[in-house]
Amino acid sequence: MNLDKKIATRQSYGEALAELGKENDKIVVLDADLSKTTKTEIFAKQFPERFFDVGIAEQNLMGVAAGLAVSGFISYASSFATFATGRAYDQIRNSIAYPKLNVKICASHSGVTAGEDGATHQMIEDLSIMRTLPNMTVLSTSDDAQTRWAVKEISKINGPVYLRLCRLASPIIYEDNTKFEIGKGYQFGEGTDGTVIATGITVAEALKAQEELKKRGINIRVIDMHTIKPIDKEIIIKAAKETKKIITIEDHNIIGGLGSSVCEVLAEEYPAKVIRLGIKDTFGTSGKGEELMKHFGITAENIICQF
Amino acid sequence: MEVTNIEELKEIAHIARKNVIEEIYGAQSGHPGSSLSCIEILTTLYFNQMNINPREPKMQERDKLVLSKGHASPALYTILAQRGFFPQEELKNFRKLGSILQGHPDFRKVPGVDMSSGSLGQGMSSACGMAIACKLNKQQNRIYCIVGDGELEEGQIWEAAMTAAHYKLDNLCVIVDNNKLQIDGKIEDIMNPNPIDKKFASFGFVVLKADGHNIENLIQAFEKAKQIKNQPTVIIADTIKGKGVSYMEEKVEWHGKAPNSEEYKLAMEELN
Repeated sequence: MNLDKKIATRQSYGEALAELGKENDKIVVLDADLSKTTKTEIFAKQFPERFFDVGIAEQNLMGVAAGLAVSGFISYASSFATFATGRAYDQIRNSIAYPKLNVKICASHSGVTAGEDGATHQMIEDLSIMRTLPNMTVLSTSDDAQTRWAVKEISKINGPVYLRLCRLASPIIYEDNTKFEIGKGYQFGEGTDGTVIATGITVAEALKAQEELKKRGINIRVIDMHTIKPIDKEIIIKAAKETKKIITIEDHNIIGGLGSSVCEVLAEEYPAKVIRLGIKDTFGTSGKGEELMKHFGITAENIICQF
Repeated sequence: MEVTNIEELKEIAHIARKNVIEEIYGAQSGHPGSSLSCIEILTTLYFNQMNINPREPKMQERDKLVLSKGHASPALYTILAQRGFFPQEELKNFRKLGSILQGHPDFRKVPGVDMSSGSLGQGMSSACGMAIACKLNKQQNRIYCIVGDGELEEGQIWEAAMTAAHYKLDNLCVIVDNNKLQIDGKIEDIMNPNPIDKKFASFGFVVLKADGHNIENLIQAFEKAKQIKNQPTVIIADTIKGKGVSYMEEKVEWHGKAPNSEEYKLAMEELN
């Protein structure tokens, strides 16, 4: 772990996608005029014949991706999270999720950490709307190694996947080739004073908080919930049984995302109080990603305050 | 089993019309007007034009069709059943619980359906993806996509139109079922998509016109479309909504309504 070294997960995505393209000639990549920022350009340069920039037309992006998938290709379709899942929601629903097609929607610039562009470009409800779709698997990765794993792993799933990526550079958490499993959270420590369940860019914050709290004699466990759907019920229930407090933290609206997913599991299986840290049902605002994390309280400091 | 005899094709279309009424009457739900307007288009494609094999519905190098105006499913279902993709008996279960024949086509359920559809404006994008896939695979098969004229009001259609021309999808043939009506009225009164021909031409399509109820005419158009290189084709098929049942023809109210028993009898008498 080296939380001072940082790589944006969108960069990891672009690089892993190019590697995957070498391994599997059924991989096709589509973008909607954002290939330089979603990093699909890395794939495009190596495999121009399997890359399709459909222009500023996200609805069509999803439809063309569906058409390629129904013909036997594995489509990776990228845009910013707000356009990919918001603008093209009905296309994802009816042309991809319902027919259960092999389209991997990999969206960058999720959450308020998209930054200076402001609320229109800061997608805070994508996990919510994607996980409510039947047939959809939903991932939200936290660092470089995990993203590289996810990009390849989702190609093995026969069906639609949403992979949430981040614009902001994320601290390095994992060694290369760390073993992950879709649907299984990754746990740090066995502390019983509390559990912080995090996803995406907030995992590093949770780990920073864990370290600081340890110095104060408070031992918590951190769960990196890289798969939002199917959610790892077992790890959540175990945490609720074994620890005094459950906190969720996400760069996403507290409605519908990770916090809600955890609450749903616990309400049904093992009722426990949950503190949801995240964007509290308000739109984002312009600013630097790091500043916005402080502004919206999705930081290690705010986790520490809960103890 | 390519049918070249025009009289035989007409008879297939005639049976299809009766089956559409049976399906919708049986379900007491469905879209007769839009189904009846595209009967000859589907008959010509599935019985005369398309390279398909009902015994091997997923054959790799087959021609494919996306019924973007998915509410015309009764027409597609009867044509597929008549062509032998599944027993005609199944048509009785249209729109019923447990049936493979959903209100709108589900390619996971119905043998012969190449892509699910239903939410208007989306099928042409899928068809573009399918046509690109054929090019990537160096396959010679063709992709057909039937859209409604009212459906042209959806913005995504024009995103897909740009894509088809940009990637020179000469293996794509779009058919506009130009029946001139939509749910709320005449297309020109609700949100006029005309001139459809000039719009498609300006987007880079080769535009062909046909009488959508004249099978010979449709065959000529499809044959001509096959000769075109480097550009997608659109066939604007002039059709009559509700064609074949006098009281349904050109009547907006028959867009999405099932006939009652008297209306059903009347329709069947006319079609017999």
